[in-house]
Amino acid sequence: MKPAPFTYLRPDSVGEAVAALSAHGGDARVLAGGQSLMAMLNLRLVEPSVLVDISRLEELRTIRLEGNMIEVGAAVTQAELLAWPELDEQAPFIARALPWVGHFQTRNRGTVCGSIAHADPSSELPLSLTLLGGEVVLRSASGERRLTAAQFQTGMLQTGRRADELITAVRFPAGVGANGAAFREVARRHGDFAIVSVGAVASGGGSVRIGVGGVTDTPRCIEIGAELSSVDVVERIGHLAWELGGYDDVHASARYRRDLVRRIAPKLIGEVRACSA
Amino acid sequence: MLRVNTNEKVTVTFELNGRTVRGEATPRMLLTDFLRGELGQTGTHVGCEHGVCGCCTVRIDGVAARSCLMLAVQAEGRRIDTVEGLAASKDALNALQRAFRKHHALQCGFCTAGILMSFSDYLSRNPNPDEDEVRDVLGGHICRCTGYAGLMKAIMEAAAELRGARTSKGAPAQ
Repeated sequence: MKPAPFTYLRPDSVGEAVAALSAHGGDARVLAGGQSLMAMLNLRLVEPSVLVDISRLEELRTIRLEGNMIEVGAAVTQAELLAWPELDEQAPFIARALPWVGHFQTRNRGTVCGSIAHADPSSELPLSLTLLGGEVVLRSASGERRLTAAQFQTGMLQTGRRADELITAVRFPAGVGANGAAFREVARRHGDFAIVSVGAVASGGGSVRIGVGGVTDTPRCIEIGAELSSVDVVERIGHLAWELGGYDDVHASARYRRDLVRRIAPKLIGEVRACSA
Repeated sequence: MLRVNTNEKVTVTFELNGRTVRGEATPRMLLTDFLRGELGQTGTHVGCEHGVCGCCTVRIDGVAARSCLMLAVQAEGRRIDTVEGLAASKDALNALQRAFRKHHALQCGFCTAGILMSFSDYLSRNPNPDEDEVRDVLGGHICRCTGYAGLMKAIMEAAAELRGARTSKGAPAQ
């Protein structure tokens, strides 16, 4: 199908983009890489009256280390982040998860911030944001604010972004997972939506933080303390899977999703423990 | 700020396979439809129109991407390459195309243009891929004739041939 008609705006600066969102608010959608939004427009799942195209804004096309945070601008593509020479050292978890985001052909245009803005429960980047304790930077005419992953992603495809706000960047703490990071995903084909994705990072003092995507409407994380034996871990993950519940859809049943969590998560915890030991 | 109203038509100009082209587009016109309908370049195919099947893949500023997930107005000033630009002439297919012919890497041909465009980008970035890496990139395309075995053979052979061309001429080959 083809998109419903809309007015196209291509601002020349972030200031102009923010002004356009103040003027059009809830009738507007922000277009960056378009790898989720264009599909939704084509399927007429969304019919905004205005599109604000930020893909050419050079000021949003930067990856930089600021203090102990990695800041990725809203026009940076997934392929550009994957090619960032410092990714392995500064963000080893993202280096592992990013190749699972869509396909080679969609990572070439899809943006890091766009994937987080889309807030699909099974996406790898929202899981990374939650697991690593990152934040989303939002700008409106009245100023800038930062939201944590939990404040930002409020439900399935739902976020805390106000209609007049532009996501200008996302920030990940640098170096998390340097002592161990692992990612695993089950999908019908590599690059398709994950049925279940699981990530784990060493979080200091022998603890492992584990995050699960694709089972509930937002990614969920828990800490696994160093004191837990591998038998305790299996039990703790069993409880987690049960608490998460999961949902049935055309790809998998809730029960199958819980089963995947029970099987994958303890393995990842073992891998991260082995790395950090 | 550029503003194009709902049913307004604007002139879109970009470089297509090395020459400047222009046409008219409303904001909602997809790049695929612009290439085919406005410019008459029907080598780029339209399949699922939501980024899954891969048959509309073209190169945008050298980089393989879905043309169904891009608006024609966004192509302004860009460099777009499509399957029409791969062969130097009617009788001179490029290495990837020759390998496709040799290994019967196409049956109906519907998915072929997209796959050629993906790998013309990918092999220039990774000239020495292993089979898993090729399979991963091929995973971004759907061939409903299921000719994947032939595709794998053709792409691996084309990669080897391009590597040979690089070393013998001492310069990267297209």
